[in-house]
Amino acid sequence: MRGKTTIGTWIGFIMIMLWCLFPVAWILSLSFKSEGETATGSAQFLPKDPTFDNYSAILDNGDFTRALINSFGISLIATVLSVILATLAAYAIARLEFKGKRFVLSLALAIAMFPVVALVGPLFDMWTTFGLFNTWPGLIIPYMSFTLPLAIWTLSAFFREIPWEMEQAAQVDGATTWQAFRKVIVPLAAPGVFTAAILTFFFAWNEFVLAISLTSTTSSRTVPAQMSFFVGPDPFNPPYAQLATASVIVTLPVIVIVLLFQRKIVAGLTSGAVKG
Amino acid sequence: MAAIEMKNIVKQYGDGFPAVNDVSIDVADGEFLILVGPSGCGKSTLLRMIVGLEDITDGDMIIGGKKVNDLAPRDRNLSMVFQNYALYPHLTVYENIAFPLRLAGASDSEVDKKVRDASKTLELDEHLERKPGNLSGGQRQRVAMGRAIVRDAEAFLFDEPLSNLDAKLRGQMRTEIARLQKRLGITTVYVTHDQTEAMTLGDRVAVLKRGVLQQLATPRELYENPANLFVAGFIGSPPMNFLPATVKGNQVELPFGTVTIPDDKAAKAQDKGLLIAGVRPEHFEDASVVDSDKVTEEATFNATVDVVEWLGNEAYAYIPFEAPPEVEKQLQQLERDLDGESLRTQLVVSLDGASRISEGDDAKIWVDARKIHLFDPASGDNLTMDSSKAGIVPGGNAMAKAEEVGEAQDSVQPGSDQATT
Repeated sequence: MRGKTTIGTWIGFIMIMLWCLFPVAWILSLSFKSEGETATGSAQFLPKDPTFDNYSAILDNGDFTRALINSFGISLIATVLSVILATLAAYAIARLEFKGKRFVLSLALAIAMFPVVALVGPLFDMWTTFGLFNTWPGLIIPYMSFTLPLAIWTLSAFFREIPWEMEQAAQVDGATTWQAFRKVIVPLAAPGVFTAAILTFFFAWNEFVLAISLTSTTSSRTVPAQMSFFVGPDPFNPPYAQLATASVIVTLPVIVIVLLFQRKIVAGLTSGAVKG
Repeated sequence: MAAIEMKNIVKQYGDGFPAVNDVSIDVADGEFLILVGPSGCGKSTLLRMIVGLEDITDGDMIIGGKKVNDLAPRDRNLSMVFQNYALYPHLTVYENIAFPLRLAGASDSEVDKKVRDASKTLELDEHLERKPGNLSGGQRQRVAMGRAIVRDAEAFLFDEPLSNLDAKLRGQMRTEIARLQKRLGITTVYVTHDQTEAMTLGDRVAVLKRGVLQQLATPRELYENPANLFVAGFIGSPPMNFLPATVKGNQVELPFGTVTIPDDKAAKAQDKGLLIAGVRPEHFEDASVVDSDKVTEEATFNATVDVVEWLGNEAYAYIPFEAPPEVEKQLQQLERDLDGESLRTQLVVSLDGASRISEGDDAKIWVDARKIHLFDPASGDNLTMDSSKAGIVPGGNAMAKAEEVGEAQDSVQPGSDQATT
């Protein structure tokens, strides 16, 4: 019985891994194929003649590197601001009793559910009027507003898990409310803060609709939008290998970030705080 | 170090729940005061009002001669040990203990000296670099104490600090706390629902019921001169026996027979009709092991023993009896107030270990009639109390007042006396 379960689990596991990772592997292999090889429509999985040409070509491409800088800048700024605001808001929601608390939470959820596409038109008009069109803040502001609700919900759940006594102990020990928050509550909510940060960063990093609609030049266009301009000389024959290379390059930071923060997102950091 | 004066302290929550009612307690400088009572009696709330974590609805809280009602916890300079310790899990033991000093802006060398002192006192030296998550319950408890003693606080406050430890460790830590307090000589207020802790630790003990102070006295005074049925039933283990009684002259009629009590006690209980007699289990004895000159007909009775629990040094014998309905109702109410749930009215008798009484025997039991208390069943007051040796008993009828408050509490929040503190 036990053996069967184990074998079944492994078969399921391998199938899911294949399903998820095969496209990734395909892109990876494509990025090492020469342009000639992809143009002839060769269907073999492994490149016949592996080459780094695509990588050097794409990193020499000024538009792409510029877009990469934009992506990093916009995503990081949006993440930092969003997490700071969400931490403060979530703390208030978790700890304070005030009128309209439920309203704030429902409103946040409603914003998160709003389809992004529906906002493109009005935002485009507003941004052209305010002069925010094709600027970094023009993308940072909508990214923040779309990621804040999720961040607030995640973080307020974390704050609620932290025993009240931690804060009261800090206050008795001589801390002001702000010191108790900064020295005790925030470190304890660190896993939540990192979770919120990662979610926000991914949203901003991968976002396409706003990025393509609210920008017009490489001065603020992010990588997902920039990639749609990789058409090459022949519209019927896009440079697959280069597109795949660009995909690999934009995926790398995501993987690195997940690996870095994975250790931080450990549940049960509060273990040992209270009775055992 | 400072004295703490509580003057007519009242706590009423936003929903109208009266948690603490007109409690006045003076804690002298260096005194060890215990707040004790069953679940939901407002003892923790009172402690939290001293430290400033709960607002005071009415009354004055004076610490070291200064009114602190409106001061934030950090401005009261008190240190507190929480029931669940509330250690900072992201900091090492060293930094946990150092936390109050760092907040006060102490220099590194001063912090180090004081933390090492505290850790030496509490034998935490080898754990200083560990995180609280890797410590045992008793070690965490000591870290929490370390954090409290490391700075020169005006007073220590303990909120049921031992309730999460196992029985053996609890006994050891109890002694440790007593020793520490005597050595540091610092004013201490200690909340517990455990009457053993209350009796062994406290210089004085305040017994609370439903947010009303019942009696404030030394452990010995509480034990020997309880102010009312509630205090009598709460202090002592196994608890005091309550029997229906009628007084005629100096004769007290109990369900098992009649005994003679001293004249001065009898005088206080004349013409009151049906009363409740309170006798502690240890004031009974197997007549055959008592010195023969004490055993007289007036002080003995025969009864059939239902169950005997022999413990070596002593034995508990259980003798069931029938109580008249008017007393039974009062006794059941009392049982509920004390968080108990006994199924029958029975007498618990503590016998000498040498006693040969066994189950089913018709035993001759001697009772020390001088130690019998008589209570008024209606008000619960102890009629035979020696008020010169009973500490402070609040004026008016504290039990009836608690009953009234209890009704008010139930109307806001039914079942509130079952609350876990």
